[in-house]
Order: sequence, then structure tokens, then C-alpha cells
Amino acid sequence: MTPALDLDGITCTFVSREDRSQRYTAVADVTLKVAPGEFVSVVGPTGCGKSTLLNVAAGLLDPSRGSVRVFGEPLAGINRRAGYMFQSEALMPWRTALQNVTAGLEFRGVPLEEARRQAEAWLRRVGLGGFGDRYPHQLSGGMRKRTALAQTLVLDPDIILMDEPFSALDVQTRQLMENELLEIWAGGAGASDGRRTGGAGSRKAVLFITHDLDEAIALSDRVVVLSAGPASRPIGEFVIDLPRPRDVAEVRVTPRFIDLHKAIWYVLREEVLKGYQQQKRAA
Amino acid sequence: MWQWLRPSPRTLRFWQLGVLVAFFLFWHVMTAPGLVPHFLFAKENDAAFFLGEPVKIFSRIWQWFVVKRDIYPHLWITLVETVLAFAIGTAAGLLTGMWLALSPMAAAILDPYIKAFNSMPRIILAPIFAVWFGLGIASKVALGFTLVFFIVFFNVYQGVKEVSPTVLANARMLGAGQRQLLRHVYLPSAMSWVFSSLHTSVGLAFVGAVVGEYLGSAKGVGYLIHQAEMVFDINTVMAGILVLTAFALVLDWAVGLVERRLMKWQPRSGETEKL
Repeated sequence: MTPALDLDGITCTFVSREDRSQRYTAVADVTLKVAPGEFVSVVGPTGCGKSTLLNVAAGLLDPSRGSVRVFGEPLAGINRRAGYMFQSEALMPWRTALQNVTAGLEFRGVPLEEARRQAEAWLRRVGLGGFGDRYPHQLSGGMRKRTALAQTLVLDPDIILMDEPFSALDVQTRQLMENELLEIWAGGAGASDGRRTGGAGSRKAVLFITHDLDEAIALSDRVVVLSAGPASRPIGEFVIDLPRPRDVAEVRVTPRFIDLHKAIWYVLREEVLKGYQQQKRAA
Repeated sequence: MWQWLRPSPRTLRFWQLGVLVAFFLFWHVMTAPGLVPHFLFAKENDAAFFLGEPVKIFSRIWQWFVVKRDIYPHLWITLVETVLAFAIGTAAGLLTGMWLALSPMAAAILDPYIKAFNSMPRIILAPIFAVWFGLGIASKVALGFTLVFFIVFFNVYQGVKEVSPTVLANARMLGAGQRQLLRHVYLPSAMSWVFSSLHTSVGLAFVGAVVGEYLGSAKGVGYLIHQAEMVFDINTVMAGILVLTAFALVLDWAVGLVERRLMKWQPRSGETEKL
């Protein structure tokens, strides 16, 4: 099967604007494939270039070397088949929650009435039915994340890129959001307006970036461990064979989860320590 | 009694008005000939001659607005000049700011010239504009324009530069093209900067209009003040200044009104309601 997302030999080297000889290689020779409908998490110590990888997949950043293929097609410019959920605030503060969700549809030329209808359906689905007329600053952090989720999913992308989307949330809200995400993902996000039907076929491919191993295991089909930067590369890959549907809170106490956690942490720990030492030296 | 009048948010307006009344009372007492023995000036009438008398100033204003009704054409001219300078200056500043912020090369080339024009004392241009554009409205609009343009320009430039990169990337991922980014991201983001500059620039548009009139014209409030000054009619000069001040306050309030309508998405502190 053609992978939904195929990163092949990606290397990203940043050059300092002030001093051309100052270089920093964030990721080196990363090869990563995500199958259609597959949920893949990438974990790694902070500052290991996880977000760089995601930006490459989104088409926001050109890699120094390597190629990106999306459903077999080489990627040029913005990845039109992907939705991106950012780590920091990405909602347009001058638009209400509803207008933020309709934005993508508007940009794509969907008539306003139709866009509003779909956006309202999605807001209801993420539990913000009555909050459409609020501006982002009037919403709580969790509500803003939900709006961002609706904003991304209303476009029915085939690939969802998520950059530590829940890292700013408190633990309880975070688990709620993770469960919601799994539910939406398992349900085939497009099904709400009848455009798509069927089970796994309409599932979206997800590339999920996190530094939280628990979160990665609880959500994913596969976890990829990235080494500490600079020049991060994948150093381990684990298939998560926990049965679905999962509840992210409950799955954490199952023996299989603990085994997987131990195995992955064994690989990750050294990298975390390495990354920590490097940051300490730099500071 | 004092319980009721103690300065508090409730009696704020009362106290503000009180300051104004006290100011004019003090002015009146110090200048009315013969009321208080003169101690600063050589002659009894000198204080009134140099500083004007509030009673005469207000009767002058009354004459202008109610009895003779001859100030309206002048006020109208000044208003037209101000609004034109403000509108044209803001639009030009907005467009140029957008353009230069989005094309760094053009900005780099024009940078020294913009700095030079901005640091030039532009009031000096008034006589030149009078020569170029005549003594009518155009020369005052031109002067106001040069004052307004740079303020708005710098703010838009800064506003566009400071667009959150995440919001920008998000809009691009949502499928926004260049024009849509301009319309839906850069422009709204710059607007908060623009509005903070509009309060300053509406005042400057007014300055441009009045100074232009003062230096050479046949109509407008600045012209009235100039005429009165020629015959040492200090009361009329002061009346003109008062009218201009009130006028500027109204313009500023109008800008604030538009701002509150358009910027309602901005967080304000203390937006809770006591139940």
C-alpha cells in the first residue's frame, strides 16, 4: 500500500542569519512512513527536532536533503492533504470560534452557508456547540484546543499532523481530549456529514509529536523514538499492539502497556539524559 | 454631604467637571479688571489684555454658534481638511506599510529615505505646500497627510512584522493563498497597531489643518485665530482654541467608537460581571 506520508532521508540544517558559518543540523537522514489510517507517534527528548520533522511533512519547511511523498506524489509547497494542529496558539484571535472553524472552508471557496453548517456540526462534535460566537480569548485553553481540532478536522484531511497539541493542558483535560481524539479518529472523521462511510478506510493517518511517552503509547499504533539533537534520527520503533478501542486512562494500568513503556523508556532514557546534558552545557 | 461627594468612581464626572469650573473661575478672578488688586501686571487691564477673560471668551463662542452663526463655514472647512488628511494619510500609510512589510527588499532600499522624511520637521513644508497647492483646502490636506502618513505607516509596518508565525502557518495550512493571507491575517493583525496610532494621527491631521490655515488661507478656524491675533483680540484667539480643543475631543471620541466596534475581539482586562 502506498504510504500516506513518506519521509525519505530527510536532513534539515539551519544556517544562522548573522553568521553563515554557524550551522545547526536538527534532524539527519530521517526515514519515516505513515500508512493510511495509521496513528504514529514520534517521541524524543526536548529540542530534538520533532517539530522540524512535522513542518517538513506539512510543507512549511523545505528539507536540506531528502524527499517527501504524500500518497505517492512528491510534495511541493504546502501539503494540501494534511491538517496541522500546532503546539502554541494558532487560532486567529480576530475571528470567533465559529469563524475560525469556517476559515479553511472559506479559503477553499466553500459557500458561507455551507461552511457555517459544517463548522457548527464540528463545534458540536468537539463539545463547543454553544460557544461559536466566542472569541479565542474568551475560551479556556482546553476549549481553544478543541476549536483548533475542529478547525483542522472540518477540512477532512487525509493526514493529521499534531505537534504536542495537548502539552499546554492540565492532566484531566488532556486525557479527555486524548479520548475525544481517539474517538473521532476511530469513527472516521468525515462520517458526520455523510461524505465518507466505512470503518478503517476513512480513518486518517496521524503523525503525532510528543515528549510524553505515556501519551504516545496510549494513542498510537506505532511509536518512533528520536535520538537527542543535534542531528536527530530514529533509533527505535515499537508496534503498539494494545487492543482498540482504548481509554487512555485505563490502558495505562494494563500489563502490556507497562511492558511496552519499559521497553521504549529503556531506549528513550539515554537520549533524554544526553539531551539534558547538552542543554546544560550550552547554558 | 462629604459622604456623597467623596472622590470615587461614582462621582468621577462630577470631580472632572469641578476641575474645569475651578480653572475657569480662577482665570476669571485673576483677569477681571478691578476684581482683585493687580500684582503681576503694571496696569489694571493688562491681565485681561494678555490672558483674555472667560466671560468674554464664552460670549464670543455664543456669538459664533448661536447669535451670528458665522463659525459654521469655518468649522466645516477645518473639518473637511482634517478628515481628508486623516483618510488619505491613513489609507496611504496602510497600503505602503503593508507593501514594505511584505517585500523586505523594497523596504531595505527605501529605508534611509523613509527615515529622512520622518525626521524632517514637516511643519516647515506648509509654506511650500501653499505655493504648490494654493491657499485652498489642498495645501492643508497635504500638510496633514505628511503628518498622518508616517505614524500610520510605521505602525502598520510593525503590525505586519509582528504577525504571529504560528497563526500565519496555520492559515497557510488551512489553504489560504497570498491574497487571503493579506485579507484575513496580515490586515486584521495590523489593525490593532493601526488603531493605537489613529488616536495620535487624528490629532495630527487636525494640527496640519489648523497650522495650514494659520499660515495662509481665507477660511477655517485657524484663519479666524490668525485674524484675531492681528488685532490683539486675545478673547477671540482663546475662544478659537477652546473650540478647536472641543472639536479634537469629538474626533478622538469618534475614532474610539469605531475602534471599539472593530476591535471587539481584543481581550480587555476585567471582563467579568459581578452577580
